[in-house]
Amino acid sequence: MAIDSDVLVVGGGLAAVAAAVAAAREGADVRLVSHKSSTLRQASGLIDALGYVPATEPATPLREGPPTAGRELDRDEWPDPEGPLSDPFEGIERLPDSHPYRIVGADALREGLALFDDLAGDAYRGGHTDRNALVPTFGGSVKPTARYPASAEAGLASDPRPTLIVGFRSLTEYDARAFAGRLEAAGVPFDVAGAEVEFAEAFRADTKVTRVAKALDHDEEIEGTPAREALARAVAPHLHDAEDEAGGVERVDRVGFPAFLGDDRGDEVRAELADRLGADVFEIPMGPPSLPGLRLEDRLYDALADAGVRFETGNPVVGIDAAADGRIETVSVDRKGRETPYGADAFVLATGGLVGKGLDSDREGVREPVFDLHVDQPADRYDWFVDDAFGDQPYARFGVRPDERCRPLDADGGVQYENVFAAGGVVGGADVAREKSASGVSLATGVTAGREAATEANE
Amino acid sequence: MTRDTRTDEDDGRETTGEPGETTDDSDETPRPGPGVPRVGRDEQPSIFVPDEGDSAGGDAARLSDRAATDGGVESATGGSDSAELDPDAYDPVDVFPGGDLDLREGADSCYKCTSCDTSCPVAEVDEEFPGPKFQGPEQWRLKRKDDHDIDESITSCSNCMRCDSACPSSVPLSQMHNEARGQFVEEQMEKLSREYVRNRILSNYRFFASIASKVPRLANAAAKIPGAMTLGEKVLGIAGERDFPEFATQTFREWWRERGGAQVENPDKRVAYFHGCYSNYNTPEVGKAMVRVYEHFGYEVMVPPQKCSGTPMFANGMLKDARRHAETNVENLVEAIGEGADVIASCTSCSLSLRQEYPELFDIHGIEDVSEHTFEALEYLRIHEDLEGELADTELADEQSFAYHAPCHARNQGLSRQAVETFRDVEGVEMEDVGDSCSGISGTYGWKEEKYEKSMEIGAEMFEHMEDAEGDVGMTECPTCAMQMEHGTGYEIRHPLQLLEDTVA
Repeated sequence: MAIDSDVLVVGGGLAAVAAAVAAAREGADVRLVSHKSSTLRQASGLIDALGYVPATEPATPLREGPPTAGRELDRDEWPDPEGPLSDPFEGIERLPDSHPYRIVGADALREGLALFDDLAGDAYRGGHTDRNALVPTFGGSVKPTARYPASAEAGLASDPRPTLIVGFRSLTEYDARAFAGRLEAAGVPFDVAGAEVEFAEAFRADTKVTRVAKALDHDEEIEGTPAREALARAVAPHLHDAEDEAGGVERVDRVGFPAFLGDDRGDEVRAELADRLGADVFEIPMGPPSLPGLRLEDRLYDALADAGVRFETGNPVVGIDAAADGRIETVSVDRKGRETPYGADAFVLATGGLVGKGLDSDREGVREPVFDLHVDQPADRYDWFVDDAFGDQPYARFGVRPDERCRPLDADGGVQYENVFAAGGVVGGADVAREKSASGVSLATGVTAGREAATEANE
Repeated sequence: MTRDTRTDEDDGRETTGEPGETTDDSDETPRPGPGVPRVGRDEQPSIFVPDEGDSAGGDAARLSDRAATDGGVESATGGSDSAELDPDAYDPVDVFPGGDLDLREGADSCYKCTSCDTSCPVAEVDEEFPGPKFQGPEQWRLKRKDDHDIDESITSCSNCMRCDSACPSSVPLSQMHNEARGQFVEEQMEKLSREYVRNRILSNYRFFASIASKVPRLANAAAKIPGAMTLGEKVLGIAGERDFPEFATQTFREWWRERGGAQVENPDKRVAYFHGCYSNYNTPEVGKAMVRVYEHFGYEVMVPPQKCSGTPMFANGMLKDARRHAETNVENLVEAIGEGADVIASCTSCSLSLRQEYPELFDIHGIEDVSEHTFEALEYLRIHEDLEGELADTELADEQSFAYHAPCHARNQGLSRQAVETFRDVEGVEMEDVGDSCSGISGTYGWKEEKYEKSMEIGAEMFEHMEDAEGDVGMTECPTCAMQMEHGTGYEIRHPLQLLEDTVA
């Protein structure tokens, strides 16, 4: 017999969680199956909605012939993207018609963000306004984002208070002084200094951020001193490093750290450091491995359990087991070599894009491997990309094309399966990296797909 | 008597000088079962260890006079060095002994996202441990050249296999770790060192348990003699802080025999129970619960001869020991599968070993079939019975809250939520998940003197969450997690099958 539920969500990221909770709130019995631990742990923890509207037409006509991957001297010319946008909703109408925001509508984005606010609770900020916040990220750039962790709140770039950025020699991917220099060059409205301090040196040169987070969580002794105190002591001599425009020294009001200030007890760690330093403390979101991503994952999976969603991680959905009359009846889950049917009245596909492996590609083409849904793509592989790495890359918009209920369409524009809905990275039409819209697309399509799947299952 | 309800004396076979050489119930001549399935799709080449001459030769000689049990193909379990070579009897891979596992594809799939490192419970407390990304793909590349030894830090990996479930690219990290650890132990570890001897003893728990359970009261008393554990620590490096597990006065197999084997006959619903060592020697109540619950659902339970699943051996790089035990297990389980059974384990590490590590590491005839037919006990019922429907109207007579911990190895099989979800509609049961941290014991890891403190540091989060949880009874599927839970909190720890027995059977 099959393992049955009203709605089966395939995937484990933000879109999958949003869809599962949205469906459960419509009264459906929901099960979520994901192959691996959620890739939220690779995410920055920032929830972007729309930061830029990139140009979809080049400034001058493209050279004839296939792209050359930059080997030709006559480069493409593309206008700069429009932005950073202060209001993501206001930019939606200038996106291409095939963009998921245009298809599901601005209200879906609003609904998705509201759901997120509800699930994230007091761990996140930004829900008080439609407008984007500007959050410094570890490359030294400033990112427009709709929601941000409470731990990043004191670091907003619109805040004029003088700032110290702390770095550690052993954390090679993060150079505090270069970071501070880049912020200054970007014209932030505050004085900023970067300092490298001796703290993480007590650990191995290649120590894991999880190790440092754990030491701070538990306030372990580092060479005889509790970790939080040791960190504060290391930072204290640099509190006057920032110079004002006249070259005068001023005491900083806030100190930014790479995002490893504790895992379970981050609030406690930040509060103690702030107390010891006499300055606000904030975290700067980093690339993977990302503590803010891990914390978000924990939070969202707790919310799944609270919503009554059944979930299992560890086994992939490998294909359709049975389909009839344009509907999927059961899918196959590979349980360590044994394929087991899982049945549902409606399915939500939220397996991610090319990086998340919800889309697969080789020289022949791009495929959606679970349901073999139609993925719109130029037949000639040379049309998948353009020369300018930062141009409007067609491959970035690959994915399934949804209707307004998030049902994937076939090559002729008809609904491929009546009871299959798609959400998140597997949905095409958005260039999320250039737009800074990945989380927003996941939430808007997730909440739509989840609600519609529940409606379908109830019928 | 129903088929395969064998009730022979435990440990009745030859002694060989190697620890753990006896088989549970091994003295009956194995019969080829009717309709033995198409076995022998041995897709994976063997890893380097077991096919060399010397000590493995003893096994082959002994096994060569054993009747074939796999449908008539000779030497399915004999390795490649038996005296008479019959080309027809071999799978192609056996013709080329000693082929290294080709893990290049796995190494190439790694895009360095470090999800594995982030999920590693050892790296979280031990900065000397370079983490799974190094132990797996990076070390694999380094050791391509002969002049590079395996880094000793591989022995600090506890084999919790969380990296496997974290990796978005399906890099076979634990397989790489197992292979590197096996090579380290085989080629670089001093065989007379205290550490080697200690690890060998810990891995071969079954051998010592089988002796101790002959005289369980004496063994239990001996472990409680003041100073006994201190002696163990001083002489062997076994953590003196731990209490040695108690041996049951009647093993599961003794109970099974006394009971007259299976009480239900059903050729359409058969399962072969892989009880593992712990349910047999230490917690037979888990095995009994399995039998009663499955019989309640109309299954015919078989209890085939078996040895250790290999889990503690993998974790200590004792691959030759693991292979020897695997040969027996595969032979007997294949026979049961031929009689229509699926294989059920009540220990999540046993089921993971049979499903994943067996086909990854060994090329024993039929091993893929064992892998495909193996399930965890609760998982199987959830797939094949309407368990939640049946439980919806039940209630537990004495109301109880449980602090449930999902073992790492359960996580890897997609089972980390099954206990919570199965019992959530049962009246009188409150099942609280104490979070996704590792218990820290990881089988034999926490038993080592030098790892004890790390083990307790890893476990601290779980202990804390258990104490915050409402219930004062713990629950988990894994026997060593249970030891750690009890050790850290003093709670009584039960298995979901026992609770299922209380509610339905």
